[in-house]
Amino acid sequence: MDLFFNPFDNLLCVLLGISFTVWFTLLLVFIIVPAIFGVSFGIRRIYMKTLLKIFEWATLRIERGAKEKNHPLYKPYSNAIIAKEPTSLEEEIKEIRRSGSNKDLGSTPEFEMSDIFYFARRGVESIMDDEVTKRFSAEELESWNLLTRSNNNFQYISLRLTVLWGLGVLIRYGFLLPLRVTLAFTGVGLLVFLTSVVGLLPNGRMKSFLSEKVHLMCYRICVRALTAIITYHDSENKPKNGGICVANHTSPIDVIILASDGCYAMVGQIHGGLMGVIQRSMVKACPHVWFERSEVKDRHLVAKRLSDHIQDKSKLPILIFPEGTCINNTSVMMFKKGSFEIGATVYPVAIKYDPRFGDAFWNSSKFGMVNYLLRMMSSWAIVCSVWYLPPMSREEGEDAVQFANRVKAAIARQGGLVDLLWDGGLKRAKVKDTFKEEQQKLYSKMLVGTQEDRSRS
Amino acid sequence: MGSRASTLLREEEIEEIKKETGFSHSQITRLYSRFTSLDKGENGALSREDFQRIPELAINPLGDRIINAFFPDGEDQVNFRGFMRTLAHFRPVEDNEKNKNVSNTEPLNSRTNKLHFAFQLYDLDRDDKISRDELLQVLRMMVGVNISDEQLGSIADRTIQEADANGDGCISFTEFMKVLEKVDVEQKMSIRFLH
Repeated sequence: MDLFFNPFDNLLCVLLGISFTVWFTLLLVFIIVPAIFGVSFGIRRIYMKTLLKIFEWATLRIERGAKEKNHPLYKPYSNAIIAKEPTSLEEEIKEIRRSGSNKDLGSTPEFEMSDIFYFARRGVESIMDDEVTKRFSAEELESWNLLTRSNNNFQYISLRLTVLWGLGVLIRYGFLLPLRVTLAFTGVGLLVFLTSVVGLLPNGRMKSFLSEKVHLMCYRICVRALTAIITYHDSENKPKNGGICVANHTSPIDVIILASDGCYAMVGQIHGGLMGVIQRSMVKACPHVWFERSEVKDRHLVAKRLSDHIQDKSKLPILIFPEGTCINNTSVMMFKKGSFEIGATVYPVAIKYDPRFGDAFWNSSKFGMVNYLLRMMSSWAIVCSVWYLPPMSREEGEDAVQFANRVKAAIARQGGLVDLLWDGGLKRAKVKDTFKEEQQKLYSKMLVGTQEDRSRS
Repeated sequence: MGSRASTLLREEEIEEIKKETGFSHSQITRLYSRFTSLDKGENGALSREDFQRIPELAINPLGDRIINAFFPDGEDQVNFRGFMRTLAHFRPVEDNEKNKNVSNTEPLNSRTNKLHFAFQLYDLDRDDKISRDELLQVLRMMVGVNISDEQLGSIADRTIQEADANGDGCISFTEFMKVLEKVDVEQKMSIRFLH
């Protein structure tokens, strides 16, 4: 019995040992070492191009399948479903009245029963398609990217396509996911360990230099853990010390994407658990701005700490996401004015994800953080473009809100996103009554204003 | 697995809705996608809260009245058929439809039915007439706090005086239609689809 099992066991052990060694060497050579030095072999770009070709083929097959069955295909359109005229309340109601008026042209009616048509139509238009609620769920894709989570034309998938999809699942969950999880653990582990080590050094040039290198290296490993293929544009505008970097927010990954190309001081609330451990060790190496939960509500305290930080020119630029919540990367929503009141130079950054490879949007009401990360790591890749926009400062006679809107418009324009005035907080909160009151005031002016004219004449 | 696959509309249902409302195949699938995205509870029906979550509707002074139009008496859930039936009122009237006479019943987007939708926005208790009280309440919703009770009262009185043909102090649907006979209802109460 012994003789039978031993050589087999030995062989198994040897094989396992060899494959582990090969695995780790490959990992080290192709992923970790380039991450440390910030170079790239270009493997990810080739991967990206191959995937695109496969997706196009898959979409053609689905279209063919639908045509055979003589059914129209469901084609999602990211633009509007219905035609909305940009006319104002006054113009429209006047038009309605004009078309139905059987009075002389001289007298202006104060109220007509047909006025209600305006409100009815606007209301039903917003039920069919509104600008806000669709920003809080994932964008719909035009071609299929072999992920079940993003398919609406399920019944048209042929056998060949199913096989391809099955292969995709195998590759994604069997090969890519374990690889990425390993890298993620390595990256995070190294971050915690090395920043603690650097934190032991006395404050000075050496410490900042090392801290920078350590942060960059670990973030680069995390970038590879997500297979993120990032294109940085206009790097000459990269944020400098004493400034505030402002970007549109789609997911927590935004932080990793920006921080792997430059060093920033993070701002945020101190969490418990693993997040807290990471935060506490990061702050040992270089000053980040972490707030206790109780301090977050105190706007003056927050503003003071931020302005203290930026006044110290040796400290890194602050990274802030003024939307306050994750939006689905088709639009930019209202920027909270807090960061624009401090008076620092603002460096806007636009981040646009390519949704074909994996949707990076974190729908926090649907998925928790761990679930989200798993979804990210089992997508094909995260492809995005980052634009560093030229710095902006508050101008004479401009208040914080106007400045914020100006920055927001610049970011939206660069990223090809829709610029909205709505508050991202509407994801969870109800809209304020003041907007309704504005509409009521406008309409009242139409009714009462005409009475004033009458009394004057 | 995505939940979308299991809640896809069946072809027979799409055909039925097409016949009833006149929407095209692609319009129905698109509106179904909209319906499911509004249905946060994922139970195949919308409640009033689901509608109120739409910010642009919440700031509409008559938002609650419009939401109410989707819920026939007493119920507090509307399924996709009901949703489409109400939206069908706002389908534009195509020229070739005026000649067609496919079924005996009037299409949902006829001029009369569009006017009826507007009438029901005023008629709070659904007794087929608009009383002075109801008109006042709806006016109050539209103007908020910006006009005094007296002024609003006189506006209401004037409106009823002009419309009330049989002198009962209320506006019936026939009287309502007469007042609005010259208004281009087909255009003002229609929403055009882009495809």
